[in-house]
Amino acid sequence: MNLDVRLPIGLMFMAFGVLLTGYGLFSSDTIYQRSLGVNVNLWWGLVLVAFGIVMLALAGRRRRGQGTTE
Amino acid sequence: MSCTLATGQLRALMQRIELGAIDYAILIVYFAFVLGIGWIVRRSVRNSDDFFLSGRSIPAWVAGLAFLSANLGAQEVIGMAASGAKYGIMTSHFYWIGAIPAMVFVGIFMMPFYYGSRARSVPEYLKLRFDEKTRGFNAATFAVMTVFSSGISMYALAKLLELVLGWSFHMSVLLSAVIVLCYVFLGGLTSAIYNEVLQFFLIVTGFLPLVLIGLRDAGGWAGLKAQLATVATNAGYAPGVWSESWRHLDAPGANPMGVEWFGMVMGLGFVLSFGYWCTDFLVVQRAMAANSMIAARRTPVLAAIPKMLFPALVILPGMIAIGMHVTRGGLLPATADGTPNYNLAIPALLAHYLPSGLLGLGLTALMASFMSGMAGNVTAFNTVWTYDIYQSYLRPGRSDRHYLRMGHAATVFGILASVAAAYATTRFNNIMDMLQLVFAFVNAPLFATFLLGMFWRRATGHGAFFGLLTGTVVAAIHHGLTLPRGTPAGLKGAFLGAVLHTYPSEMAQNFWTAIFAWTACFVATIGISLATRRTKSDADLQGLVYALTPRQPDDRLPWFKRPAMLGAIVLGLTLLLNLIFW
Repeated sequence: MNLDVRLPIGLMFMAFGVLLTGYGLFSSDTIYQRSLGVNVNLWWGLVLVAFGIVMLALAGRRRRGQGTTE
Repeated sequence: MSCTLATGQLRALMQRIELGAIDYAILIVYFAFVLGIGWIVRRSVRNSDDFFLSGRSIPAWVAGLAFLSANLGAQEVIGMAASGAKYGIMTSHFYWIGAIPAMVFVGIFMMPFYYGSRARSVPEYLKLRFDEKTRGFNAATFAVMTVFSSGISMYALAKLLELVLGWSFHMSVLLSAVIVLCYVFLGGLTSAIYNEVLQFFLIVTGFLPLVLIGLRDAGGWAGLKAQLATVATNAGYAPGVWSESWRHLDAPGANPMGVEWFGMVMGLGFVLSFGYWCTDFLVVQRAMAANSMIAARRTPVLAAIPKMLFPALVILPGMIAIGMHVTRGGLLPATADGTPNYNLAIPALLAHYLPSGLLGLGLTALMASFMSGMAGNVTAFNTVWTYDIYQSYLRPGRSDRHYLRMGHAATVFGILASVAAAYATTRFNNIMDMLQLVFAFVNAPLFATFLLGMFWRRATGHGAFFGLLTGTVVAAIHHGLTLPRGTPAGLKGAFLGAVLHTYPSEMAQNFWTAIFAWTACFVATIGISLATRRTKSDADLQGLVYALTPRQPDDRLPWFKRPAMLGAIVLGLTLLLNLIFW
């Protein structure tokens, strides 16, 4: 297979993460009453961005031929 | 009837939720990626082997996550949360005594035969090992079952979208059917597997915040246990029934599942779970697509590692929902007979806790789970249909191109049939119970056939076929003569007129149906095999039977790549989980 599945996974979660983080920064605090006052969009968005970066890094490492075939 | 009532009530509950632009944006990004993967992968489909088996080129970890995800349909997410609410942590036995040991077993002991025989499907293995009629029987029943399961997935998705988004049932069915159709049609199994991996991560990241917030709101595990103690005492049980997995299994009357330890371990653990995970082509197909024998054997074992933690994602939300429902009042809408509608545990929690943004992610995760379940069934269906029914009985000896075209046509047909099944799925309150019923009839005897086929060279084709038939008939008779307490005769039992035994619950009835079916098949297969002549010599059975297959040496691999070593670690950790939540 030519396509490394970590590439679309990384890209998709980066997109989700950026959307959520951005929304978390600009949305009003009142909508977070239901989530116990925590700005879950901001925090979970950052988690997803980090996850996306890890996936892209793994895919990139393999593309340069240094990763294992595993 | 009960469904429409619940719909009305939940809609009232959910009116506070409005999906914002951000939620739709997440949903659209997801759809774009799903279709994009199908579009990119389509170039790698050159022959039928690529379309149905991914050209046997998938790495173990990808196949493993797909192995897990293909089973993450409506049954898993909605059904497990529903059971978590209805029965509490005892539902975890579906994983800790059921799925995990079975997955380790199929990886270590059965994959050498599935992968090594170069069979392209589970029914084809049965043909190589036994004979044509055994394959035909398995292929036909399996084809019907996959369409049925796929229909349930679609039904659950459409119902949910109707509740949460106010989309029409018909439009949701159409939308999900078209998207799954597109990506399976374009990229075949590879496309399905890649999307399943995507969906796996989406399901984890979509549900984890829900569980974390819910648990925090309940006051952690200790707080949740206190709430669940109220749930249990209100229902007339000991306080720990909803939060302790083994302590209340000494008698069927002591727990809401109505099962005692023997029915649990034998019925659910040994017969149903091994029957499903070891013989169901839907999951086995993912391991068959792996890029080497050792990868194929590692696939189910690697899948077992996240699988053992899945109760936290799919059962815990149900427990949180029922705890809140009982102690704070009214989270779950009632059904017509006054019991809470357990199937709505996850949607109700999503609506309750998640703000716009994460709500979109949670909903997307739900949709992803339904679609992966549907796609899993469709890819298994088109393979069995094309190889085991069409190529074997209808049009043998055509070109590979012809069968590839048939695979595309079968994908369309499979989805149309699932749509029909979706409209037929409105009878049971708990989808899980219904699926268990179907599995009990078809799958429970099957595991006896495979066990004897793989480990006893004397088992014959006649023995296997008539043994299977006996097992399935015994399952139907047992179901037809027994009834769960408090239910009318009909689909749920006693359709043969008499009631010989009344079980405390549907779950208990299903487990025992499975035990009877398995035992009948096991005994009948041995008896008939001994009475009939062997048609396959030892040479024919090489690579198909344990005693006639050379062992796979794996001692040159590092320890973390050896299937047996990984299996032992997985079983050890599962035992630990059982003890912690004893």
